[in-house]
Amino acid sequence: MGTVILLALTGLGLAALYFLVASGLSLVFGLADVLNFAHGLFLGVGAYGTWWAAGNLPGAGPDGFGFVLAVAFGVAAGTLVAILVELVLIRPLYSRTIEQVLVTVGLSLAGVALLQATWGADARPFPRPDWTRQVTGILGAQVPNGGLLLIIAAVLVLGAILAFLRWTRYGLVIRAGVENREMVTALGIDVRKAFTLVFAIGGAAAALAGALGGVYFGTVSPGQGGSLLIFAFIVVVIGGMGSVVGSAYAAVVVGLVQQFVNYYGTSGLGDICVVGLLAVVLLLRPQGIAGKVATA
Amino acid sequence: MEPILSVTDLSVRISGLHILQGVSFTVAPTGVTVLLGRNGVGKTTTLRAILGLTPPAGEVRGTIRMGAQSLLSRPTHRLVRGGLGYVPEDRDVFAGLTVAENLRLAERRGTTPAYDKVFALFPELDRRGRQRAGSLSGGQQQMLAIGRVLLNDNRLLLVDEPTKGLAPKVVTEVAEVLERVAESVPVLLVEQNLAVVRRLAKDAVVLAAGKVAWTGDAGELLLETALTKSLLGVGSAEVAH
Repeated sequence: MGTVILLALTGLGLAALYFLVASGLSLVFGLADVLNFAHGLFLGVGAYGTWWAAGNLPGAGPDGFGFVLAVAFGVAAGTLVAILVELVLIRPLYSRTIEQVLVTVGLSLAGVALLQATWGADARPFPRPDWTRQVTGILGAQVPNGGLLLIIAAVLVLGAILAFLRWTRYGLVIRAGVENREMVTALGIDVRKAFTLVFAIGGAAAALAGALGGVYFGTVSPGQGGSLLIFAFIVVVIGGMGSVVGSAYAAVVVGLVQQFVNYYGTSGLGDICVVGLLAVVLLLRPQGIAGKVATA
Repeated sequence: MEPILSVTDLSVRISGLHILQGVSFTVAPTGVTVLLGRNGVGKTTTLRAILGLTPPAGEVRGTIRMGAQSLLSRPTHRLVRGGLGYVPEDRDVFAGLTVAENLRLAERRGTTPAYDKVFALFPELDRRGRQRAGSLSGGQQQMLAIGRVLLNDNRLLLVDEPTKGLAPKVVTEVAEVLERVAESVPVLLVEQNLAVVRRLAKDAVVLAAGKVAWTGDAGELLLETALTKSLLGVGSAEVAH
């Protein structure tokens, strides 16, 4: 029983990480039709920003309020990069899908190379509060606190995004834009501002994933964003393009399947099962759990 | 009287197709001007070109002026804020949003939305505020689409086939509303239902194969059976109903 609880909660920790990356990816694709392969870069900037701030930013550090400040710095850096990417690189390329893909793929590769050139290719130990290295006993399972922190953060982010979408004017514009962007502009709304906003929200969530992923894994490395992005894309497709709630459900399914199959089967089999799950969803329900239908 | 809208030598190419080929017409500053023609002659393309909604791959040439202002190359949201209201062909209400949210989205910053006017014309929209727009009937969705543009003061309304696919009773209701709306704001209307055209339109512009084939008084056009048959493909029976 303890093993099942442990696997479930560590699976949910992984799911939380996927959700933080996938939620922004899903909103960006749903509203702006941009398949952003550079989304992993925002995660990397958040992780390295937090890592750098903990050692160099006055007042920041690996513990207590200093750690909160370091994470806030990392999230701010990731958000800023996301906004710049939208304004400078993506905005001139809306409705030019192939160019978008080329630019975002190139940017993700260049971003990883830049991180490697600056701080080296090897993984570096991530500064984190001592309590995140400890475990908490839950129903007989000793669950790492880092995973629990990720779950709590993801639930808070989910609640904040849903409240934003439900109760604010821009949230209304984004929900409408995911359905029919053209009609939003035909009501006199500059939808490009909403594009920048979803990039900022997505960048912030991904950067938070980078910072908390560093806590979860204990290290930070340049390629971390890219490997997480693959599973985040799978989550977005299974959950449905443009649906934050769909991404949350899909992240839970993907995280749990990976964790349980990898434990009870062979290491790596969980990843294959997730890809199989993606294929089944695409065949049986191409619009995903809760999204709009993806068309050619 | 100066026209509210002047379209001069408008050409639109989309994906290699020359859909509009030098279209020129004007819209009177009062009443309804109807844009007629058989299916596929470019009526909706004309409205969308006026509103700046031609697909990015498309090419638009010519001149479109509203008063002294040139409309081409201005972004759609600015044209709409400048007083161009649009009711699209398939209503395009936001199905996942409630009726109230659809209306709230149409509010423009710095103006007071005319909810009283909209709810006086369509009391059902007030009653169904919390209902998702996707679950409304076709007629109710059309009321919502019209209600959205009536929340704001407009200088010109572009209305694309508002009676398409509606039951006869609802067609009459929509025509009544448009008749009342046209008393205060000019309307450029695309419409296939000639009974509605007869009731509403003052002026008519007929398109054929991407060009203007006829312009003039709508009533006169509908009296000319041979002309309506050749231009619109309908006979006297359809015109009479």
